[in-house]
Amino acid sequence: MTNQELKDSILKIEPTAVLNEGKQYLNLTVASDKWHDLAQQLKGNKELAFDYLFNLTGVDYGDTLGVVYHLESTTFHHVIVVKVSADKQNPQIPTICDIWRTAEFHEREAFDFLGIQFTNHPDLRRIFLDEEWKGYPLRKDYDPSVNTI
Amino acid sequence: MPFTFSFYDFTGFTQWIDVTLRGACSPFWAVLWEMVIVGVLFLAFYAVVGLYLVYAERKVCAFIQNRVGPNRVGPYGFFQTIADLIKLLMKEIISIREADKLLFNLAPFIVIITSFLALAAIPFAKGLHPIDLNIGVFYVMAISSMGVVGILLAGWSSNSKYSLLGAMRSGAQIISYELSVGMSLIAICVLAGSMQLSTIVEGQRDLWFIFKGHFPAVTAFIIYMIAATAETNRGPFDLAEAESELAAGFHTEYSGIKFAFFFLAEYMNMFIVASLAATIFWGGWMPLHIPGLESFNHVMDFIPPVIWYVGKTVVIILIMMWFKWTFPRLRIDQLLNLEWKFLLPISLVNILIMAFIVLMGWQIGL
Amino acid sequence: MAEEIIIPEADNQEISINMGPQHPSTHGVLRLVLSLKGEMVQKVEPHCGYIHRGIEKMTESMTYQQIIHLTDRLDYLSAHMNNAAVCLAVEKALDIEVPERVKVIRTIMDELARIASHQLWWCSFGMDLGGLTCFFYGLRDREKILDIFEETTGSRLIQSFYCPGGLMADLNPNFQKKVKDFIVYFRKILPEYDELLSGNIIMMERAKGIGKMSKEDAISYGMTGPSGRGSGFSCDVRKHHPYHAYDKVKFNEVLRTEGDTYSRYMVRIDEMRESMNIIEQLIDNIPAGDFAVKMKPIIKLPEGEYYQRVEAARGEFGVYIISKGEKNPYRMKFRSPNFCNLSALDTLTRGHKIADLVAIGGSLDYVIPDIDR
Repeated sequence: MTNQELKDSILKIEPTAVLNEGKQYLNLTVASDKWHDLAQQLKGNKELAFDYLFNLTGVDYGDTLGVVYHLESTTFHHVIVVKVSADKQNPQIPTICDIWRTAEFHEREAFDFLGIQFTNHPDLRRIFLDEEWKGYPLRKDYDPSVNTI
Repeated sequence: MPFTFSFYDFTGFTQWIDVTLRGACSPFWAVLWEMVIVGVLFLAFYAVVGLYLVYAERKVCAFIQNRVGPNRVGPYGFFQTIADLIKLLMKEIISIREADKLLFNLAPFIVIITSFLALAAIPFAKGLHPIDLNIGVFYVMAISSMGVVGILLAGWSSNSKYSLLGAMRSGAQIISYELSVGMSLIAICVLAGSMQLSTIVEGQRDLWFIFKGHFPAVTAFIIYMIAATAETNRGPFDLAEAESELAAGFHTEYSGIKFAFFFLAEYMNMFIVASLAATIFWGGWMPLHIPGLESFNHVMDFIPPVIWYVGKTVVIILIMMWFKWTFPRLRIDQLLNLEWKFLLPISLVNILIMAFIVLMGWQIGL
Repeated sequence: MAEEIIIPEADNQEISINMGPQHPSTHGVLRLVLSLKGEMVQKVEPHCGYIHRGIEKMTESMTYQQIIHLTDRLDYLSAHMNNAAVCLAVEKALDIEVPERVKVIRTIMDELARIASHQLWWCSFGMDLGGLTCFFYGLRDREKILDIFEETTGSRLIQSFYCPGGLMADLNPNFQKKVKDFIVYFRKILPEYDELLSGNIIMMERAKGIGKMSKEDAISYGMTGPSGRGSGFSCDVRKHHPYHAYDKVKFNEVLRTEGDTYSRYMVRIDEMRESMNIIEQLIDNIPAGDFAVKMKPIIKLPEGEYYQRVEAARGEFGVYIISKGEKNPYRMKFRSPNFCNLSALDTLTRGHKIADLVAIGGSLDYVIPDIDR
């Protein structure tokens, strides 16, 4: 599917989504409360069939936190980048690890480094750092001195 | 009695010692002195064989793996294992806080004593045979199966999960493979008509049992080799220590000389099963005789029995080392399947066939 | 003597065991907490982070040239491919077309690194199964590739040979001859691997039907590389999104559909053959020219987002760069193949024995620094 066709079929599913073509991939921005339903459609829809989540990145945009999902279809080999952002004070994004299993570890990583709360995640704990670690190191306002040994 | 010494027959020499001792003191003291002499000799023998088997294993494995092996201590690294032993002697014996102290300390001794005891019944050469029990085969089997008690105690008393798993594996493995070892030996006992090791060796004067007994003897030998490798916890059946799974299995928590005890016992057990195989299947110290070829038999007789015995044992040990360094390890359920579903039924049928052959008098060379 | 003796229910007894962080078969400082019922694995919980170095945080204060040297330290066995991901991302962002010579040399280097990595995997897989001899056979052959690397790049493990715009240095004059010699040698020696391990009955018994993963699950877990291809997941980035000179060479994507440990094993063995095919096609016609284009000493990526995927030895390696036009990236994320493969470990091993866990772990071939980053 070309990017234009992708745009049309995604807008049919979720009219509030914002799509724009980036340098490399098609970008899709969606509100966090709509994200889980859209994700199910992205994977379940026969024409889209985004069954392979090849990257999940948590980003601190300064005033908001965001999660960037890179999705590919293993049948059609089209790629889409989904961006979901969340409030910095109470960052809540629905988990998608029931749709793409690989997200379970990736979301734990994003939680570990950026403190993004993935709602309904089965086992949201820190994955790399200690349980006692204070703060979230990949946030731009992180103060490393709180964890000096 | 005059002093006689011959490499072909030690009977005269041992008789001379006995007579001299009995002449010098009362029979009680004479027997005691003999025990002391034999004991000291065996201790030395045990240490030397254990150490040099370790050395041999390292060299053989290096040879198989395109390496040089130990080559620093002494010529060709000949004293490497002695240096290792000194190192192990000087190492701290770490005691585990929550371990069962008594059993933890007892276990290595049980393992090493059983391997020591089994050595007593092995005929090394003509007349060089510490105790010629009339149930020699049975004795060796009984003693060597005691070793598992030590291993189980070691694993259980260490209070470590890895050790426990290793010990449980080892228990299951040794107890089941004990059967196959016994069954394959019984097949030959049927052929020999005796359980006395000296009679078994004498019975192979005209031809070794592995040739004499048609294919059941060969089957018994193959089963014995597999089962004996498993019984000594050596690769590919080294599940009890399975380095990549259980760190070091039942002796994970041992250090210093106690670890060395387990280590030496493993090699001595290998030596014992190898010499038992050599004795029972390949004629022990008996030279290779082929009925009808008189001149050939005379040439073979020229080689001293000790050389024959050592040579055969070494060959079997080399085969076992070759196994270990070639095959990957089996899984515990595959290991038990192999025993209960294949080796044991085959050995049972094998005994029947052997009995039938003996009954009909079809042995080769008769 | 009045102590109360509590007899636990025998059926319901699970013991938990710590496998690692120091354990012979975790290939590094990975800690797996196993729940066992006897020998059966009920649950595997990986605990990562023992060598977490915060590389993603470090990149935010480093220039792109410096970052190259950090990527070596991720999956140190596919250092070249990791370098390539960052280099390609930077080159794409700046619209730099590297000379053909660079592309070909990068392809050859990547494939050599892949062979070396699979050789080391073969060593450790054999050792996990208890066949120690494999370890020395594999290392013997890997030495030859490392010697080739050493001559050209100056180091054996973490070469940092690629830089944005090309290569750090030109090829050693002996390079072509040595690579050709190696291919001749290794074609002869690879059947030995099959004799020693692939065709061994014990190995087959232990690997066939163990750790099954369906294609759908493999995609869902993001299992890439040989582990994914063993389940029939066609995920070769070299085929689907070609980079370097992969669009100019003919090679097959090795696929197997059984999805068990043995198929993952065979995929890797066959991949070594495919890699040799690729090298053979290129080694005789390396184009002449520069080994790098001149770059500014300080690289500033234009504002935007860049993603580059490469096929590392263990799967798809990705670099995601968010740039705000500075000389440092604003956020840099490494998509590590091992991290995703590890997430499937629990599903793969559930209901198998400890020995199977070790075999499955060996067939996934994880490199811990890549998981922890």
